[in-house]
Amino acid sequence: MPDAIEVTDLTKIFGTTVAVDHVSFSVKEGEIFGFLGPNGAGKTTTTRMLAGVIPPDSGSAMILGHDIQREPVLAKQEFGVVPETSNAYTDLTAWQNLMLMGELYGISSARATERASNLLGALGLLERKDQKVQAYSKGMKQRLILAMALLHEPRLLFLDEPTSGLDVQSTQMILSLLRDLNRAGTTIFLTTHNMEEANRLCHRVGIIRSGRIVALDAPEKLKAAIDRLHRIEVSFGREIPAEALARLPGVLSADRIGDKWQITTENRDALIRLLVQFSREQGVAIVTLNTLAPSLDDAFLRLTREASL
Amino acid sequence: MNPAGFSEQVRRSWAVAKKDIRIYYIKGPVLIFGIFMPVFLFLAFLMGSRQLPLAFLVSGLVGMALFFTATAVSPAIFPWEGQAKTLERLASCPITVEAIVFGDMIASTLFGIGITLITVIIGLFLGLSLLHAITLCAGILLAACCFSAIGMLLAVPPTNTPSNIMMLSSLIKFPLVFISGIFIPLEQMPHWGMALAVCSPLTYFTDLVRYSFTGTNYFQVPFDIAALMVFTIVFTAGTMYLHKRTMPKRM
Ligand SMILES: Nc1ncnc2c1ncn2[C@@H]1O[C@H](COP(=O)(O)OP(=O)(O)O)[C@@H](O)[C@H]1O
Ligand SMILES: [Mg+2]
Repeated sequence: MPDAIEVTDLTKIFGTTVAVDHVSFSVKEGEIFGFLGPNGAGKTTTTRMLAGVIPPDSGSAMILGHDIQREPVLAKQEFGVVPETSNAYTDLTAWQNLMLMGELYGISSARATERASNLLGALGLLERKDQKVQAYSKGMKQRLILAMALLHEPRLLFLDEPTSGLDVQSTQMILSLLRDLNRAGTTIFLTTHNMEEANRLCHRVGIIRSGRIVALDAPEKLKAAIDRLHRIEVSFGREIPAEALARLPGVLSADRIGDKWQITTENRDALIRLLVQFSREQGVAIVTLNTLAPSLDDAFLRLTREASL
Repeated sequence: MNPAGFSEQVRRSWAVAKKDIRIYYIKGPVLIFGIFMPVFLFLAFLMGSRQLPLAFLVSGLVGMALFFTATAVSPAIFPWEGQAKTLERLASCPITVEAIVFGDMIASTLFGIGITLITVIIGLFLGLSLLHAITLCAGILLAACCFSAIGMLLAVPPTNTPSNIMMLSSLIKFPLVFISGIFIPLEQMPHWGMALAVCSPLTYFTDLVRYSFTGTNYFQVPFDIAALMVFTIVFTAGTMYLHKRTMPKRM
Protein backbone atom coordinates (compact mmCIF):
# COMPACT_ATOMS: atom_id res chain seq x y z
CA MET A 1 0.00 0.00 0.00
CA PRO A 2 1.23 3.54 -0.71
CA ASP A 3 2.09 5.86 2.14
CA ALA A 4 -0.57 8.35 3.20
CA ILE A 5 1.96 10.41 5.14
CA GLU A 6 5.67 10.49 4.55
CA VAL A 7 7.66 12.70 6.88
CA THR A 8 11.35 13.38 6.34
CA ASP A 9 13.53 15.22 8.87
CA LEU A 10 10.75 17.55 9.94
CA THR A 11 12.11 20.23 12.28
CA LYS A 12 10.58 23.21 14.07
CA ILE A 13 12.41 25.61 16.33
CA PHE A 14 10.70 28.23 18.52
CA GLY A 15 13.34 30.66 19.72
CA THR A 16 15.74 28.38 21.54
CA THR A 17 13.31 25.46 21.93
CA VAL A 18 13.69 22.69 19.38
CA ALA A 19 10.04 21.62 19.47
CA VAL A 20 10.40 19.00 16.72
CA ASP A 21 13.84 17.64 15.97
CA HIS A 22 14.45 15.88 12.64
CA VAL A 23 11.40 13.65 12.88
CA SER A 24 10.93 11.04 10.15
CA PHE A 25 8.21 8.42 9.86
CA SER A 26 5.53 7.24 7.51
CA VAL A 27 1.90 6.22 7.81
CA LYS A 28 0.40 3.69 5.44
CA GLU A 29 -2.94 4.20 3.80
CA GLY A 30 -5.74 2.60 5.82
CA GLU A 31 -3.75 2.67 9.04
CA ILE A 32 -4.57 4.19 12.43
CA PHE A 33 -1.30 5.74 13.54
CA GLY A 34 -0.93 6.97 17.11
CA PHE A 35 1.53 9.72 17.94
CA LEU A 36 2.16 9.25 21.62
CA GLY A 37 4.08 11.47 23.98
CA PRO A 38 3.98 13.48 27.22
CA ASN A 39 3.01 17.16 27.35
CA GLY A 40 5.42 19.39 25.49
CA ALA A 41 6.89 16.53 23.47
CA GLY A 42 6.08 18.18 20.14
CA LYS A 43 2.93 16.32 19.11
CA THR A 44 0.86 19.42 18.39
CA THR A 45 3.70 21.15 16.59
CA THR A 46 4.20 18.11 14.35
CA THR A 47 0.48 17.83 13.63
CA ARG A 48 0.24 21.51 12.75
CA MET A 49 3.14 21.20 10.32
CA LEU A 50 1.55 18.14 8.70
CA ALA A 51 -1.77 20.00 8.41
CA GLY A 52 -0.08 22.96 6.75
CA VAL A 53 -0.92 25.40 9.56
CA ILE A 54 2.70 26.30 10.34
CA PRO A 55 5.70 25.87 8.05
CA PRO A 56 8.57 23.63 9.16
CA ASP A 57 12.04 25.15 9.57
CA SER A 58 13.45 22.23 7.65
CA GLY A 59 12.40 18.84 6.36
CA SER A 60 9.36 17.93 4.34
CA ALA A 61 6.04 16.13 4.53
CA MET A 62 4.21 14.42 1.70
CA ILE A 63 0.51 14.10 2.41
CA LEU A 64 -1.38 11.77 0.07
CA GLY A 65 1.15 12.42 -2.63
CA HIS A 66 1.25 16.21 -2.24
CA ASP A 67 4.06 18.16 -0.65
CA ILE A 68 2.32 20.16 2.09
CA GLN A 69 4.62 23.12 1.44
CA ARG A 70 4.44 23.18 -2.34
CA GLU A 71 0.85 22.09 -2.96
CA PRO A 72 -0.93 23.01 0.26
CA VAL A 73 -4.40 23.45 -1.23
CA LEU A 74 -4.39 20.09 -3.03
CA ALA A 75 -3.17 18.32 0.09
CA LYS A 76 -5.64 20.09 2.39
CA GLN A 77 -8.51 19.22 0.07
CA GLU A 78 -7.93 15.55 0.89
CA PHE A 79 -7.66 15.60 4.67
CA GLY A 80 -9.64 16.79 7.69
CA VAL A 81 -8.25 18.19 10.93
CA VAL A 82 -9.43 18.06 14.53
CA PRO A 83 -7.03 20.45 16.30
CA GLU A 84 -6.00 20.52 19.94
CA THR A 85 -8.25 23.44 20.85
CA SER A 86 -11.79 23.69 19.59
CA ASN A 87 -11.99 26.20 16.77
CA ALA A 88 -15.56 26.32 15.54
CA TYR A 89 -17.01 29.80 15.11
CA THR A 90 -18.82 30.27 18.42
CA ASP A 91 -21.01 33.06 17.00
CA LEU A 92 -22.39 30.68 14.38
CA THR A 93 -24.68 27.71 14.89
CA ALA A 94 -23.42 24.17 14.41
CA TRP A 95 -25.26 24.04 11.13
CA GLN A 96 -23.75 27.31 9.86
CA ASN A 97 -20.27 26.07 10.82
CA LEU A 98 -20.82 22.91 8.79
CA MET A 99 -22.16 24.80 5.79
CA LEU A 100 -19.12 27.09 5.93
CA MET A 101 -16.89 24.02 5.80
CA GLY A 102 -18.89 22.74 2.84
CA GLU A 103 -18.20 25.96 0.94
CA LEU A 104 -14.53 26.11 1.94
CA TYR A 105 -14.06 22.58 0.59
CA GLY A 106 -16.08 23.32 -2.54
CA ILE A 107 -18.90 20.84 -1.89
CA SER A 108 -22.31 21.34 -3.47
CA SER A 109 -24.85 22.62 -0.98
CA ALA A 110 -27.13 19.60 -1.52
CA ARG A 111 -24.29 17.25 -0.66
CA ALA A 112 -23.19 19.39 2.29
CA THR A 113 -26.74 19.38 3.68
CA GLU A 114 -26.98 15.62 3.42
CA ARG A 115 -23.55 15.02 4.97
CA ALA A 116 -24.15 17.53 7.77
CA SER A 117 -27.46 15.88 8.75
CA ASN A 118 -25.91 12.42 8.78
CA LEU A 119 -22.87 13.48 10.80
CA LEU A 120 -24.85 15.51 13.32
CA GLY A 121 -27.19 12.54 13.70
CA ALA A 122 -24.34 10.09 14.22
CA LEU A 123 -22.73 12.40 16.78
CA GLY A 124 -25.93 13.14 18.67
CA LEU A 125 -26.09 16.86 17.84
CA LEU A 126 -29.01 16.99 15.44
CA GLU A 127 -31.55 18.48 17.87
CA ARG A 128 -29.18 21.32 18.74
CA LYS A 129 -27.94 22.10 15.26
CA ASP A 130 -29.48 25.59 15.23
CA GLN A 131 -28.00 26.63 18.53
CA LYS A 132 -24.92 28.85 18.63
CA VAL A 133 -21.74 26.95 19.44
CA GLN A 134 -21.16 29.34 22.36
CA ALA A 135 -23.73 27.38 24.36
CA TYR A 136 -22.11 23.99 23.66
CA SER A 137 -20.31 21.90 26.27
CA LYS A 138 -16.71 20.89 25.64
CA GLY A 139 -17.76 17.42 24.53
CA MET A 140 -20.37 18.78 22.13
CA LYS A 141 -17.86 21.23 20.66
CA GLN A 142 -15.41 18.42 20.09
CA ARG A 143 -18.05 16.29 18.36
CA LEU A 144 -18.95 19.25 16.16
CA ILE A 145 -15.29 19.80 15.27
CA LEU A 146 -15.10 16.16 14.25
CA ALA A 147 -18.19 16.58 12.08
CA MET A 148 -16.60 19.68 10.50
CA ALA A 149 -13.43 17.72 9.76
CA LEU A 150 -15.42 14.91 8.15
CA LEU A 151 -17.90 16.87 6.07
CA HIS A 152 -15.92 16.57 2.85
CA GLU A 153 -15.29 12.83 3.33
CA PRO A 154 -11.52 13.11 3.71
CA ARG A 155 -9.25 10.15 2.98
CA LEU A 156 -7.06 11.13 5.89
CA LEU A 157 -7.94 12.54 9.29
CA PHE A 158 -5.61 14.34 11.72
CA LEU A 159 -6.72 14.45 15.34
CA ASP A 160 -4.77 16.19 18.11
CA GLU A 161 -5.69 14.64 21.46
CA PRO A 162 -9.32 14.21 20.39
CA THR A 163 -10.59 12.78 23.67
CA SER A 164 -8.45 14.72 26.14
CA GLY A 165 -10.60 16.06 28.98
CA LEU A 166 -13.90 14.84 27.51
CA ASP A 167 -16.83 13.16 29.22
CA VAL A 168 -17.22 9.40 28.82
CA GLN A 169 -20.15 9.66 26.44
CA SER A 170 -18.35 11.97 24.00
CA THR A 171 -15.18 9.89 24.22
CA GLN A 172 -17.01 6.66 23.40
CA MET A 173 -18.91 8.28 20.55
CA ILE A 174 -15.74 9.69 19.02
CA LEU A 175 -13.68 6.51 19.38
CA SER A 176 -16.38 4.31 17.89
CA LEU A 177 -16.83 6.72 14.97
CA LEU A 178 -13.08 6.64 14.35
CA ARG A 179 -13.12 2.83 14.25
CA ASP A 180 -16.02 2.84 11.77
CA LEU A 181 -14.29 5.41 9.58
CA ASN A 182 -11.12 3.38 9.55
CA ARG A 183 -13.01 0.22 8.65
CA ALA A 184 -14.41 2.15 5.69
CA GLY A 185 -10.88 3.00 4.59
CA THR A 186 -10.01 6.34 6.20
CA THR A 187 -6.41 6.74 7.32
CA ILE A 188 -6.19 8.21 10.81
CA PHE A 189 -3.31 10.07 12.46
CA LEU A 190 -3.97 10.86 16.08
CA THR A 191 -1.92 12.22 18.92
CA THR A 192 -2.53 11.24 22.51
CA HIS A 193 -0.78 11.07 25.83
CA ASN A 194 -2.99 8.17 26.80
CA MET A 195 -1.16 4.86 26.38
CA GLU A 196 -4.35 2.84 26.86
CA GLU A 197 -6.18 4.74 24.15
CA ALA A 198 -3.31 4.27 21.72
CA ASN A 199 -3.16 0.61 22.58
CA ARG A 200 -6.87 0.03 22.02
CA LEU A 201 -7.17 2.01 18.82
CA CYS A 202 -3.92 2.14 16.87
CA HIS A 203 -2.28 -0.26 14.47
CA ARG A 204 1.05 1.42 14.99
CA VAL A 205 2.37 4.04 17.35
CA GLY A 206 5.27 6.42 17.31
CA ILE A 207 6.53 7.68 20.65
CA ILE A 208 7.90 11.20 20.73
CA ARG A 209 9.82 12.78 23.55
CA SER A 210 11.48 16.20 23.55
CA GLY A 211 10.88 16.50 19.83
CA ARG A 212 12.47 13.19 18.87
CA ILE A 213 10.90 9.89 17.92
CA VAL A 214 12.16 7.33 20.42
CA ALA A 215 10.13 4.31 19.34
CA LEU A 216 8.05 3.30 16.36
CA ASP A 217 6.23 -0.01 16.47
CA ALA A 218 2.99 -1.92 16.97
CA PRO A 219 1.47 -1.05 20.35
CA GLU A 220 1.66 -4.66 21.57
CA LYS A 221 5.42 -4.67 21.19
CA LEU A 222 5.81 -1.36 22.99
CA LYS A 223 3.49 -2.55 25.68
CA ALA A 224 5.56 -5.67 26.12
CA ALA A 225 8.62 -3.49 26.64
CA ILE A 226 6.76 -1.42 29.17
CA ASP A 227 5.24 -4.38 30.97
CA ARG A 228 8.71 -5.44 31.94
CA LEU A 229 8.83 -2.37 34.12
CA HIS A 230 7.01 -2.28 37.45
CA ARG A 231 6.57 0.18 40.23
CA ILE A 232 6.14 -0.65 43.87
CA GLU A 233 5.12 1.83 46.52
CA VAL A 234 6.25 1.08 50.04
CA SER A 235 6.35 2.90 53.36
CA PHE A 236 8.17 1.92 56.54
CA GLY A 237 7.52 2.44 60.23
CA ARG A 238 10.54 4.75 60.56
CA GLU A 239 13.12 6.58 58.45
CA ILE A 240 15.43 4.40 56.41
CA PRO A 241 18.44 5.59 54.36
CA ALA A 242 17.89 5.97 50.60
CA GLU A 243 21.18 4.25 49.70
CA ALA A 244 20.10 1.12 51.55
CA LEU A 245 17.07 0.82 49.26
CA ALA A 246 18.89 1.74 46.09
CA ARG A 247 21.53 -0.92 46.84
CA LEU A 248 18.98 -3.75 46.77
CA PRO A 249 19.52 -5.95 43.71
CA GLY A 250 17.03 -5.38 40.86
CA VAL A 251 16.11 -1.82 41.95
CA LEU A 252 16.25 0.54 38.96
CA SER A 253 15.31 3.66 40.91
CA ALA A 254 13.99 4.62 44.33
CA ASP A 255 12.25 7.97 44.82
CA ARG A 256 10.88 9.51 47.95
CA ILE A 257 7.26 10.73 47.54
CA GLY A 258 5.80 12.07 50.78
CA ASP A 259 6.25 9.38 53.41
CA LYS A 260 6.42 6.65 50.76
CA TRP A 261 9.09 5.26 48.52
CA GLN A 262 8.44 4.55 44.84
CA ILE A 263 10.68 1.84 43.49
CA THR A 264 10.92 0.65 39.90
CA THR A 265 12.07 -2.81 38.97
CA GLU A 266 11.84 -5.37 36.22
CA ASN A 267 11.05 -8.24 38.57
CA ARG A 268 8.16 -7.41 40.86
CA ASP A 269 8.07 -10.72 42.69
CA ALA A 270 11.77 -10.74 43.54
CA LEU A 271 11.66 -7.16 44.76
CA ILE A 272 8.74 -7.76 47.11
CA ARG A 273 10.61 -10.72 48.64
CA LEU A 274 13.71 -8.56 49.00
CA LEU A 275 11.75 -5.76 50.66
CA VAL A 276 10.29 -8.13 53.19
CA GLN A 277 13.74 -9.49 53.93
CA PHE A 278 15.11 -5.93 54.11
CA SER A 279 12.51 -4.88 56.69
CA ARG A 280 13.29 -7.93 58.81
CA GLU A 281 17.05 -7.24 58.70
CA GLN A 282 16.59 -3.54 59.53
CA GLY A 283 14.02 -4.30 62.19
CA VAL A 284 11.52 -1.89 60.68
CA ALA A 285 7.82 -2.52 59.96
CA ILE A 286 6.33 -2.26 56.47
CA VAL A 287 3.32 0.08 56.85
CA THR A 288 1.99 -0.05 53.27
CA LEU A 289 2.99 -1.95 50.15
CA ASN A 290 1.32 -1.39 46.78
CA THR A 291 2.12 -2.50 43.26
CA LEU A 292 1.40 0.17 40.63
CA ALA A 293 0.67 -0.19 36.92
CA PRO A 294 3.53 1.11 34.79
CA SER A 295 2.99 4.81 34.13
CA LEU A 296 3.52 6.43 30.81
CA ASP A 297 6.47 8.32 32.22
CA ASP A 298 8.13 5.06 33.19
CA ALA A 299 7.46 3.84 29.69
CA PHE A 300 9.04 6.89 28.16
CA LEU A 301 12.03 6.68 30.45
CA ARG A 302 12.41 3.09 29.54
CA LEU A 303 12.01 3.62 25.83
CA THR A 304 14.33 6.60 25.74
CA ARG A 305 16.96 4.63 27.58
CA GLU A 306 16.62 1.75 25.13
CA ALA A 307 16.70 4.11 22.19
CA SER A 308 19.96 5.67 23.34
CA LEU A 309 21.68 2.31 23.89
CA MET B 1 -12.91 20.97 -10.14
CA ASN B 2 -9.38 22.10 -9.41
CA PRO B 3 -9.42 23.18 -5.75
CA ALA B 4 -6.36 25.36 -6.24
CA GLY B 5 -7.74 26.99 -9.39
CA PHE B 6 -8.55 30.67 -9.51
CA SER B 7 -12.32 30.44 -9.86
CA GLU B 8 -12.63 27.85 -7.11
CA GLN B 9 -10.53 30.00 -4.75
CA VAL B 10 -12.67 33.05 -5.53
CA ARG B 11 -15.77 31.02 -4.71
CA ARG B 12 -14.21 30.06 -1.38
CA SER B 13 -13.40 33.74 -0.72
CA TRP B 14 -17.09 34.38 -0.96
CA ALA B 15 -17.67 31.81 1.80
CA VAL B 16 -15.20 33.74 3.97
CA ALA B 17 -16.96 37.02 3.15
CA LYS B 18 -20.37 35.63 4.09
CA LYS B 19 -18.94 34.34 7.36
CA ASP B 20 -17.45 37.78 8.09
CA ILE B 21 -20.70 39.56 7.35
CA ARG B 22 -22.61 37.18 9.58
CA ILE B 23 -20.20 37.30 12.48
CA TYR B 24 -18.58 40.72 12.41
CA TYR B 25 -20.84 43.08 10.46
CA ILE B 26 -24.45 42.13 11.20
CA LYS B 27 -23.98 42.90 14.85
CA GLY B 28 -25.90 45.51 16.80
CA PRO B 29 -22.98 47.77 17.76
CA VAL B 30 -21.36 47.63 14.34
CA LEU B 31 -24.57 48.48 12.50
CA ILE B 32 -25.40 51.25 14.94
CA PHE B 33 -21.91 52.69 14.50
CA GLY B 34 -22.21 52.36 10.74
CA ILE B 35 -25.53 54.15 10.51
CA PHE B 36 -25.09 56.74 13.22
CA MET B 37 -21.62 57.79 12.19
CA PRO B 38 -22.75 59.47 8.96
CA VAL B 39 -25.72 61.04 10.72
CA PHE B 40 -23.51 62.57 13.39
CA LEU B 41 -20.95 63.66 10.85
CA PHE B 42 -23.72 65.45 8.98
CA LEU B 43 -24.82 67.22 12.13
CA ALA B 44 -21.28 68.21 13.01
CA PHE B 45 -20.64 69.51 9.51
CA LEU B 46 -23.90 71.42 9.31
CA MET B 47 -23.38 73.10 12.66
CA GLY B 48 -19.64 73.60 12.34
CA SER B 49 -18.73 75.31 9.11
CA ARG B 50 -21.28 77.49 7.47
CA GLN B 51 -18.91 79.31 5.17
CA LEU B 52 -18.55 76.30 2.82
CA PRO B 53 -21.41 75.18 0.59
CA LEU B 54 -23.44 72.09 1.49
CA ALA B 55 -22.46 70.30 -1.72
CA PHE B 56 -18.78 70.59 -0.80
CA LEU B 57 -19.38 69.34 2.71
CA VAL B 58 -21.46 66.39 1.58
CA SER B 59 -18.73 65.26 -0.79
CA GLY B 60 -16.24 65.20 2.04
CA LEU B 61 -18.77 63.47 4.20
CA VAL B 62 -19.42 60.71 1.68
CA GLY B 63 -15.68 60.30 1.35
CA MET B 64 -15.25 59.97 5.09
CA ALA B 65 -18.22 57.64 5.49
CA LEU B 66 -16.84 55.23 2.94
CA PHE B 67 -13.29 55.47 4.20
CA PHE B 68 -14.17 54.89 7.84
CA THR B 69 -16.72 52.15 7.31
CA ALA B 70 -14.63 50.17 4.81
CA THR B 71 -11.69 50.20 7.22
CA ALA B 72 -13.68 49.94 10.47
CA VAL B 73 -13.87 46.23 11.10
CA SER B 74 -11.46 44.45 8.79
CA PRO B 75 -8.17 45.30 10.56
CA ALA B 76 -9.41 43.47 13.67
CA ILE B 77 -10.66 40.29 12.00
CA PHE B 78 -7.32 38.48 11.88
CA PRO B 79 -6.43 39.36 15.50
CA TRP B 80 -9.89 38.25 16.63
CA GLU B 81 -9.68 35.02 14.74
CA GLY B 82 -6.12 34.41 15.83
CA GLN B 83 -7.21 34.74 19.43
CA ALA B 84 -10.27 32.51 18.95
CA LYS B 85 -8.16 29.95 17.03
CA THR B 86 -10.62 30.02 14.14
CA LEU B 87 -7.78 31.31 11.99
CA GLU B 88 -6.10 27.96 12.51
CA ARG B 89 -9.24 26.33 11.17
CA LEU B 90 -9.06 28.48 8.02
CA ALA B 91 -5.36 27.74 7.70
CA SER B 92 -6.04 24.00 7.63
CA CYS B 93 -8.77 24.38 4.97
CA PRO B 94 -7.98 24.24 1.25
CA ILE B 95 -8.03 28.00 0.79
CA THR B 96 -5.03 30.21 0.11
CA VAL B 97 -4.08 33.18 2.29
CA GLU B 98 -4.78 35.41 -0.70
CA ALA B 99 -8.33 34.06 -0.93
CA ILE B 100 -8.93 34.58 2.79
CA VAL B 101 -7.70 38.17 2.52
CA PHE B 102 -9.85 38.67 -0.57
CA GLY B 103 -12.89 37.34 1.31
CA ASP B 104 -12.31 39.80 4.15
CA MET B 105 -11.99 42.56 1.56
CA ILE B 106 -15.28 41.63 -0.09
CA ALA B 107 -17.08 41.85 3.25
CA SER B 108 -15.69 45.26 4.13
CA THR B 109 -16.31 46.52 0.59
CA LEU B 110 -19.99 45.56 0.84
CA PHE B 111 -20.33 47.08 4.29
CA GLY B 112 -18.67 50.30 3.13
CA ILE B 113 -20.91 50.56 0.08
CA GLY B 114 -24.06 49.92 2.11
CA ILE B 115 -23.36 52.61 4.70
CA THR B 116 -22.17 55.09 2.07
CA LEU B 117 -25.39 54.69 0.12
CA ILE B 118 -27.26 55.64 3.31
CA THR B 119 -25.12 58.78 3.50
CA VAL B 120 -25.87 59.62 -0.12
CA ILE B 121 -29.58 59.16 0.49
CA ILE B 122 -29.46 61.50 3.50
CA GLY B 123 -27.71 64.04 1.27
CA LEU B 124 -30.42 63.73 -1.36
CA PHE B 125 -33.06 64.24 1.34
CA LEU B 126 -31.31 67.43 2.38
CA GLY B 127 -31.97 68.73 -1.13
CA LEU B 128 -28.71 67.98 -2.94
CA SER B 129 -28.98 67.15 -6.60
CA LEU B 130 -27.03 64.23 -7.96
CA LEU B 131 -25.62 65.27 -11.33
CA HIS B 132 -23.51 62.25 -12.29
CA ALA B 133 -24.97 59.12 -10.75
CA ILE B 134 -22.88 56.67 -12.76
CA THR B 135 -19.62 58.40 -11.90
CA LEU B 136 -20.63 58.35 -8.25
CA CYS B 137 -21.49 54.63 -8.32
CA ALA B 138 -18.27 53.73 -10.12
CA GLY B 139 -16.30 55.88 -7.68
CA ILE B 140 -17.95 54.30 -4.64
CA LEU B 141 -17.35 50.79 -5.93
CA LEU B 142 -13.72 51.39 -6.78
CA ALA B 143 -12.92 53.36 -3.64
CA ALA B 144 -14.66 50.74 -1.48
CA CYS B 145 -12.31 48.12 -2.90
CA CYS B 146 -9.33 50.42 -2.40
CA PHE B 147 -10.23 51.29 1.20
CA SER B 148 -10.93 47.69 2.13
CA ALA B 149 -7.44 46.84 0.87
CA ILE B 150 -6.13 49.61 3.15
CA GLY B 151 -8.12 48.06 6.00
CA MET B 152 -6.43 44.72 5.41
CA LEU B 153 -3.05 46.42 5.07
CA LEU B 154 -3.56 47.86 8.55
CA ALA B 155 -4.05 44.27 9.77
CA VAL B 156 -0.62 43.13 8.60
CA PRO B 157 1.30 43.44 11.91
CA PRO B 158 0.89 39.89 13.26
CA THR B 159 -0.55 40.68 16.67
CA ASN B 160 -3.45 38.77 18.13
CA THR B 161 -4.53 41.69 20.30
CA PRO B 162 -7.34 43.51 18.48
CA SER B 163 -7.00 46.70 20.55
CA ASN B 164 -3.38 47.18 19.44
CA ILE B 165 -4.31 47.03 15.81
CA MET B 166 -7.33 49.34 16.29
CA MET B 167 -5.09 51.91 17.96
CA LEU B 168 -2.53 51.69 15.18
CA SER B 169 -5.16 51.98 12.48
CA SER B 170 -6.68 55.10 14.07
CA LEU B 171 -3.23 56.66 14.11
CA ILE B 172 -3.01 56.17 10.37
CA LYS B 173 -6.62 56.76 9.37
CA PHE B 174 -7.24 60.14 10.98
CA PRO B 175 -4.26 62.00 9.53
CA LEU B 176 -5.20 60.64 6.12
CA VAL B 177 -8.57 62.37 6.35
CA PHE B 178 -6.93 65.74 6.95
CA ILE B 179 -4.76 65.60 3.87
CA SER B 180 -7.49 64.47 1.48
CA GLY B 181 -9.30 67.69 0.66
CA ILE B 182 -12.24 66.95 2.89
CA PHE B 183 -12.06 69.96 5.19
CA ILE B 184 -10.04 72.21 2.95
CA PRO B 185 -10.75 72.31 -0.80
CA LEU B 186 -7.74 71.20 -2.86
CA GLU B 187 -7.71 74.61 -4.60
CA GLN B 188 -6.99 76.33 -1.29
CA MET B 189 -4.26 73.96 -0.16
CA PRO B 190 -0.65 75.10 0.19
CA HIS B 191 1.99 73.34 -1.92
CA TRP B 192 3.10 70.95 0.80
CA GLY B 193 -0.57 70.16 1.44
CA MET B 194 -1.06 69.25 -2.20
CA ALA B 195 2.07 67.11 -2.13
CA LEU B 196 0.52 65.10 0.68
CA ALA B 197 -2.97 65.07 -0.83
CA VAL B 198 -1.90 63.37 -4.07
CA CYS B 199 -0.55 60.48 -1.99
CA SER B 200 -3.93 59.74 -0.46
CA PRO B 201 -6.48 57.68 -2.40
CA LEU B 202 -9.21 59.40 -0.42
CA THR B 203 -8.36 62.63 -2.28
CA TYR B 204 -9.35 61.17 -5.64
CA PHE B 205 -12.54 59.64 -4.31
CA THR B 206 -13.60 62.91 -2.67
CA ASP B 207 -12.86 64.67 -5.94
CA LEU B 208 -15.10 62.23 -7.80
CA VAL B 209 -17.93 62.67 -5.31
CA ARG B 210 -17.63 66.43 -5.59
CA TYR B 211 -17.87 66.17 -9.35
CA SER B 212 -20.97 63.96 -9.02
CA PHE B 213 -22.77 66.49 -6.84
CA THR B 214 -21.47 69.86 -8.09
CA GLY B 215 -20.09 69.22 -11.55
CA THR B 216 -16.74 70.76 -10.57
CA ASN B 217 -13.57 68.94 -9.65
CA TYR B 218 -9.87 69.48 -9.27
CA PHE B 219 -8.52 66.55 -11.29
CA GLN B 220 -10.12 65.05 -14.39
CA VAL B 221 -12.58 62.18 -13.83
CA PRO B 222 -10.49 59.63 -15.78
CA PHE B 223 -7.46 60.67 -13.76
CA ASP B 224 -9.30 60.18 -10.47
CA ILE B 225 -10.49 56.76 -11.59
CA ALA B 226 -7.07 55.72 -12.85
CA ALA B 227 -5.45 56.86 -9.61
CA LEU B 228 -7.96 54.88 -7.54
CA MET B 229 -7.36 51.83 -9.71
CA VAL B 230 -3.61 52.02 -9.29
CA PHE B 231 -3.95 52.41 -5.53
CA THR B 232 -6.40 49.48 -5.39
CA ILE B 233 -4.12 47.17 -7.35
CA VAL B 234 -0.99 48.14 -5.44
CA PHE B 235 -2.66 47.88 -2.01
CA THR B 236 -4.40 44.61 -2.83
CA ALA B 237 -1.26 42.97 -4.14
CA GLY B 238 0.74 44.39 -1.23
CA THR B 239 -1.65 43.23 1.46
CA MET B 240 -1.89 39.73 -0.01
CA TYR B 241 1.86 39.43 -0.26
CA LEU B 242 2.43 40.68 3.28
CA HIS B 243 -0.31 38.53 4.83
CA LYS B 244 1.09 35.48 3.14
CA ARG B 245 4.37 36.16 4.90
CA THR B 246 3.00 37.04 8.33
CA MET B 247 0.20 34.45 8.56
CA PRO B 248 2.39 31.70 10.10
CA LYS B 249 3.39 34.13 12.86
CA ARG B 250 -0.24 34.35 13.98
CA MET B 251 -0.56 30.62 14.60
N1 LIG C 1 3.89 28.85 19.19
C1 LIG C 1 4.88 28.46 20.00
N2 LIG C 1 5.80 29.34 20.42
C2 LIG C 1 6.81 28.96 21.22
N3 LIG C 1 6.98 27.72 21.68
C3 LIG C 1 6.08 26.78 21.32
C4 LIG C 1 5.00 27.10 20.46
N4 LIG C 1 4.25 25.98 20.26
C5 LIG C 1 4.88 25.01 20.96
N5 LIG C 1 5.97 25.48 21.60
C6 LIG C 1 6.91 24.68 22.43
O1 LIG C 1 7.27 23.54 21.68
C7 LIG C 1 7.30 22.39 22.50
C8 LIG C 1 6.36 21.34 21.97
O2 LIG C 1 5.02 21.76 22.16
P1 LIG C 1 3.78 20.97 21.62
O3 LIG C 1 4.00 20.60 20.21
O4 LIG C 1 2.57 21.79 21.91
O5 LIG C 1 3.78 19.66 22.52
P2 LIG C 1 2.63 18.61 22.80
O6 LIG C 1 1.52 18.84 21.85
O7 LIG C 1 3.30 17.28 22.61
O8 LIG C 1 2.20 18.80 24.22
C9 LIG C 1 6.97 22.86 23.91
O9 LIG C 1 8.17 23.07 24.58
C10 LIG C 1 6.26 24.17 23.69
O10 LIG C 1 6.47 25.03 24.76
MG1 LIG D 1 -0.44 19.21 22.27
